Amino acid sequence: MKKTPLYEKHVALKAKIIDFGGWAMPVQYTNVIDEHRTTRSTAALFDICHMGEIVVKGPQAFDLLQYALTRNLQNQKNGQVKLSALLTDDGGIIDDLTVYKVAADFYVLVTNATTCEKDWQRICALREDKGFESTVENVTEKVGKLDLQGPSAQAILSTLTDYDLNNIRYYHFVEVRAADHSSIISRSGYTGEDGFEIYASAKAIGDLWDAIMKAGQNFGLKPAGLGARDTLRLESGMMLNGQDITESVNPFEVPYGWLVDFDKEFAGAAALKALTQSGIRKKLVGLEMTGRGIARHGYKVFQADKEIGVVTSGTFAPTLNKAVGLAFVDINYSKPDTEISIAIRDSLSPAKVVKIPFYKREK
Amino acid sequence: MSKQNLTDRRYTHDHEWAKDNGDGTVLIGITDYAQEMLTDIVFVELPTIGKKVAKGEPVAVVESVKSVSDVYAPVSGEVIDINNRLEDEPALLNQDAFGNGWIALMRVADKAEYDSLLDAAAYEKLIAEEKH
Repeated sequence: MKKTPLYEKHVALKAKIIDFGGWAMPVQYTNVIDEHRTTRSTAALFDICHMGEIVVKGPQAFDLLQYALTRNLQNQKNGQVKLSALLTDDGGIIDDLTVYKVAADFYVLVTNATTCEKDWQRICALREDKGFESTVENVTEKVGKLDLQGPSAQAILSTLTDYDLNNIRYYHFVEVRAADHSSIISRSGYTGEDGFEIYASAKAIGDLWDAIMKAGQNFGLKPAGLGARDTLRLESGMMLNGQDITESVNPFEVPYGWLVDFDKEFAGAAALKALTQSGIRKKLVGLEMTGRGIARHGYKVFQADKEIGVVTSGTFAPTLNKAVGLAFVDINYSKPDTEISIAIRDSLSPAKVVKIPFYKREK
Repeated sequence: MSKQNLTDRRYTHDHEWAKDNGDGTVLIGITDYAQEMLTDIVFVELPTIGKKVAKGEPVAVVESVKSVSDVYAPVSGEVIDINNRLEDEPALLNQDAFGNGWIALMRVADKAEYDSLLDAAAYEKLIAEEKH
């Protein structure tokens, strides 16, 4: 298994380590519920070094990304982050990734850990096809990433940099020094809370981890693992690649239609357009258990005796104190308040379709 | 740290305990080590009273935030009572797995099965090995 530069710190903190897409990652330090609630109430620090970073540079870097990704990047400003999707030729989602625009000829893509290599290959192949003058480099091993998330995130991070973090708007980033290291700080995350994604060299990331943990002591900051990351993102209605999203899913079957702009040419557009014209038949919806039990990934969804779908993510939601999930259902049963049931072991338990997100923080 | 494994009961390799009441019934549950491994238990599916199970068959289900785990019957027999409190307070298993977190009461079919379970010392050894 691959190890992040912070692996030894997790071991010293007695984290439970699991294999996540070939990476040895902390799933929890104490327990998921405690780490989850700490993120919502104060702040938590996550090792996200396993996520991928791909640098795209050159005079036609923009043209390449505009062609490779579904989102129209025309109006993206330097210092702005945009979520986008990378599709197969068949219109399926290879990855949902964020695009950091550093300059007109300099972009960084932040990808899911499990898809990074594939993303890199796909983008390189599209560059070859079109002959766009650009370089595409996978820099994942050289870059470290920390997510500092929660209502106290800004107060903690501001003790480590002279930069006024109030200037960073949501989905924007700056290049600044933090704890005496060059870093990129982005106001974004995967928890539904205010917070930052912080990038630095793999060599510096251990120092930053220590500095943030120390600065956070007075605030009640705790490290949190992938277990809490998963429940936090699910409560906030965010999808997990490889679980809710796969290559057999297109953006219109999940809440990613807004990432697609058919007014420009992009890889996979023709197939995707054909799919939308022939009609979208299934849809990813939120579900809430109204009966006993917890919906889990892979459980079947029924209405009366008819099988209508499958659960892709499901858990006990610590902030809401109830069981929620995401499921693909036949589009005819996708309206909120539709009564459904989930096959849990040998019985059917009542549930209903609900709007996502399940949780929205107060601003 | 796990609580001391009690000498008044027997244990399985799958981290259940059984306590002989001396009247042909045993109380069953999961060990403190098991709850510590599972961490935050958020749901317990109890068997129905009257259910007959063979030793080693699933008799209940315990779920943490992340995981779903079967609880296996330490002995063969019939479920004659269940701990309904766990339906509303699954965290009792985290707080008191050996006491208030008991799962079911069973009428034992064959006492020899109970006698063949691990004693506290043998179970200690098992978890010491698992930790390495």
